Amino acid sequence: MNFKLQSMHMKLLSRVTADVKHTPSAHSTLDVLWVLYDRVLRITPETVDAPDRDRFLLSKGHGPAAYYAVLAAKGFIPEEWLDDMGGWDSPLGHHPDRVLIPGVEIGTGSLGHGLGLAVGTALGLRAQGFLDTRTFVLLGDAELDEGSNHEAIAYAAAIRLPITAIVIDNRSATHGGPGEWSGAPTGSNAHSDVSGQGNQPRAGLYAGIPVRFPNWSVSVVNGRDHDEIKRALRVVSDRPRLVVASV
Amino acid sequence: MRETFIDTTTAILDEDPRTALVVADISAASFTAARRRHPDRVFNVGIREQLMAGVGGGLALTGMRPYLHSYAPFLIDRAYEQIKLDLGHQETGAVLVSIGASYDAAAEGYTHQSPGDVALLDTLDGWTVHVPGHRDEVAALLRAAARHDDRVYVRLSTQENAHAHPDAGGLRVLRRGGPLVVAVGPMLDPVLEATLGMDVTVAYTNTPRPLDTDGLRALVEGEVVVVEPYLAGTSAHLVGQALNGMPHRALHLGVGRAEVRRYGDWRDHARAHGLDPAGLRRSISAFLL
Repeated sequence: MNFKLQSMHMKLLSRVTADVKHTPSAHSTLDVLWVLYDRVLRITPETVDAPDRDRFLLSKGHGPAAYYAVLAAKGFIPEEWLDDMGGWDSPLGHHPDRVLIPGVEIGTGSLGHGLGLAVGTALGLRAQGFLDTRTFVLLGDAELDEGSNHEAIAYAAAIRLPITAIVIDNRSATHGGPGEWSGAPTGSNAHSDVSGQGNQPRAGLYAGIPVRFPNWSVSVVNGRDHDEIKRALRVVSDRPRLVVASV
Repeated sequence: MRETFIDTTTAILDEDPRTALVVADISAASFTAARRRHPDRVFNVGIREQLMAGVGGGLALTGMRPYLHSYAPFLIDRAYEQIKLDLGHQETGAVLVSIGASYDAAAEGYTHQSPGDVALLDTLDGWTVHVPGHRDEVAALLRAAARHDDRVYVRLSTQENAHAHPDAGGLRVLRRGGPLVVAVGPMLDPVLEATLGMDVTVAYTNTPRPLDTDGLRALVEGEVVVVEPYLAGTSAHLVGQALNGMPHRALHLGVGRAEVRRYGDWRDHARAHGLDPAGLRRSISAFLL
């Protein structure tokens, strides 16, 4: 992230959190969200209701400060909204609500709901002929512990549904950290689906997340490197795709 | 009723490109032809009921009208939070169609029974609940649900009445007399038999939500008995609200909370819960004495 961009985001983020220190959950998603809205998603404040807009579903509704900051930076919501998150008169809660915030596709907070909604969204778009519309969903690594995700992961693979799931890996899962997870292949070439983006050396470290996505196309990227994130997110596949963004 | 649901939903899928069907293995084979004709709108997600509800929510977010279907305990009880959040919280709707009811699956045991489904939906906002009492009431309810985006639950059962009463969204009076006895869905025939020779008014509805509170206020003169094929007292709070300010006594009959650890068929369980004609007659007579 260049310095100017970074300072703008920090300013907006600080405005949301009213603090120069940010919780890890708020901060971990910032770069991926910025790349999504700046360089990947076909959506603007003018097209928030267009039926063929790309869909971005924030499943990990916790720590939405970065999400709100990016929505404000891109003009979906007024910057002034950032000053009163969680207030009685504010549309911005500690978890986002699609009914209150323009551009927000789903209301989340309880973990493990976004992937299933993303599968249904992608199926609905396909049924209506919006074949170029892409569906993205962002999860946290700890969120993957919710079993509902695995219903969606298996089904998306079985029907080769081309959604893109992004998992922000800040090693926050209670039993999911590298070295704690047992039974995973640990060699960098051990998982045949881990592909591309010049991240082979890191792949083994994060085997714990990709192995939860059997038969998905997988990339593991540096969650702070905008070019790497962009390259991974722009890949269009004929099956579901996982991008693990390590931060 | 299950066959009517399959035939009607198959026809709706043919006629209305906005509709979609999501099942979780239950009844999937019966929709093979529909799935072949509409592979983009008919989905079997496997034994994944949380996903079934999530997919329904996602489809609805894109403007589709999803029908979801399984056994009541899997459709409602198991996926309660998905119903609460993936539909209600998103301000989307779906048509949930269950089979099994309170004890159709008597020999399968309590795991396959959902006496609490309507009570669970009562914790949420905006649900219309249909409990048809006859297979010929089912098609119209399913077709009406295709024409809007609200949240609709259709509770099908093996037990049914001898005759259909299609216009029974509100309270429909079938016998005029003294104190009001309300029969919901398949409780009508047992209530009619139980009250033979008694001086009561019998009214029927296949749509307990929203409850016809105007009809209640018009028909109640002091005493009311409500007979529901799910948890006893599920409608008590609404009946109480409807009759607020009117002196009245109320008796709420339905399925008991205590698990009946016996098998048999639905008739055995109806008897065990006092919902057979003899049991109902005992309870209603004692109340009206």
